[in-house]
Amino acid sequence: MSIDIDTARRVAHLARIAVQEDDLPALAQELSGILTFMEQLNEVDVTGIEPMTGVTPMRLKRRADVVTDGEMQDRILANAPDAREGFFAVPKVVE
Amino acid sequence: MSDLTRLTIAEARDALRKGETTSVALTEAYLSAIDGAGALNAFVHKTPEIALDQARAADARIAAGEAPALCGMPLGIKDLFCTKGVASQAASKILEGFRPEYESTVTQNLWDAGAVMLGKLNMDEFAMGSSNETSTYGNAVNPWRRGNEDTALTPGGSSGGSASAVAADLCMAATGTDTGGSIRQPAAFTGIVGIKPTYGRCSRWGIVAFASSLDQAGPMTKTVRDAAIMLGAMSGHDPKDSTSADIPVPDFEAMLTGDIRGKTIGIPKEYRMEGMPAEIEKLWADGSAMLKDAGAEIVEISLPHTKYALPAYYVIAPAEASSNLARYDGVRYGHRAKLGQGDGIVQMYEKTRAEGFGKEVQRRVMIGTYVLSAGFYDAYYNRARKVRALIKRDFDEVFAGGVDAILTPATPSAAFGLGEMADADPVAMYLNDVFTVTVNLAGLPGISVPAGLDAQGLPLGLQLIGQPWGEGDLLNTAHVLERAAGFVSKPAKWW
Repeated sequence: MSIDIDTARRVAHLARIAVQEDDLPALAQELSGILTFMEQLNEVDVTGIEPMTGVTPMRLKRRADVVTDGEMQDRILANAPDAREGFFAVPKVVE
Repeated sequence: MSDLTRLTIAEARDALRKGETTSVALTEAYLSAIDGAGALNAFVHKTPEIALDQARAADARIAAGEAPALCGMPLGIKDLFCTKGVASQAASKILEGFRPEYESTVTQNLWDAGAVMLGKLNMDEFAMGSSNETSTYGNAVNPWRRGNEDTALTPGGSSGGSASAVAADLCMAATGTDTGGSIRQPAAFTGIVGIKPTYGRCSRWGIVAFASSLDQAGPMTKTVRDAAIMLGAMSGHDPKDSTSADIPVPDFEAMLTGDIRGKTIGIPKEYRMEGMPAEIEKLWADGSAMLKDAGAEIVEISLPHTKYALPAYYVIAPAEASSNLARYDGVRYGHRAKLGQGDGIVQMYEKTRAEGFGKEVQRRVMIGTYVLSAGFYDAYYNRARKVRALIKRDFDEVFAGGVDAILTPATPSAAFGLGEMADADPVAMYLNDVFTVTVNLAGLPGISVPAGLDAQGLPLGLQLIGQPWGEGDLLNTAHVLERAAGFVSKPAKWW
């Protein structure tokens, strides 16, 4: 399976990473190289094998469905590149 | 006392308890060593005020006579750990300026035990790399050199700053994290000890996530005993990490009996790779002979799916990373790109991530995005997870057959030169993890122990792999190997 320039452009957009048009051929080639390496997995017989979800056979812990924290707006916004009036600010999303 | 920075945790503990030195004196010695070691680029954020405050508090605790083993010990912390009010940016430009409002569970456990934070340590960006060359801070440098050459060598990665700092006596020990070998490979490249515990032994809460089903924190230390002491302090159940195991943490140090008579050590035949350097083969055979001399039984074992571990890893880890790293969008923390006229929110995401992520991180996020995308999920991601199940089954069967631990080389070579792999295919760099990555896929504990020097005078390590939750036994076997190998070399100071 090799990745062409259109696929590279699509993957970059799905990953929300801007890639210059000139850089797409090299990116496509690199990604293809890595995928070729992964093709080895096709040699393995995986009939009847369940995909692994976790390494330890252990039931995830549950806790009571109660509020355990909150009231920390200032701390949550402290690292924001742009915070205004108690909110994260972003470019206009809705016209 | 002379040369405080050469002490191990165990030695310093005794000296502190006898009143022969103080945590403040130790801390000052390390702070001055760090100031003189800029050339190693290991410490990237120094925290001398915090260190001295913690050291004074530790001295008071020691004087009161109720101090835990780690009390007063000056440590370095990998930049991947969130430390309250102190820069924590996973060596990425995208987290520039980020100062967490909270403390990771593992570092909090260390501070509760009285440890002292000297600062934050260099690493590969988001822990993605095997040479510490993907860091926004620039390369960390290995204190070891080849013979009389002055070529700068890699300390390995991703915990390269941690490895360099411990090997150069800039801290008594350091935290590392290991997703595919990121504690064990740098430990091997720098002649120190590094253990990745069983998945779930240490809480992942507050550690910047790379691949959540593989990431584990662990100590990087000068001796196996120090690793036992520090791992005990780092471990424990944490309600804030649902995958953290609610099982007791034994006294690992008390389990270092030095007796491995009757234990069975497996030598996996699939790890004998074609083209393996003769020095590594010899080191491995020597290690096996040492364990045999100590009374263990050596058996050849088979882990038939070993060959597929790297390709499975390089599907699963990027898939999880692409999901974890989606949070870096320029909204809540870190870097946001300057926007042009008319740029909307999608341009903000795309420009921010293009500017903030380095090349290797971008590559892995895109690979992960691809293998999870519609139409490829089954062919790549699900197939890789099935192969992962088979890799784990290989280990389960070997352990069920009576094997207590498995001995392998830690790395396929000694430390290489910084920049030497620059023109190589990304896959060539991935091969560094060939002996370590299986352990993460199966969630097992693994430890790298310095076992010898190569012809150019560089350290080489051996890896021991243990049973799930068997860190105590594993550390004991490693302790026997360490004693038999008698590795005492230190890099000659040039920095």
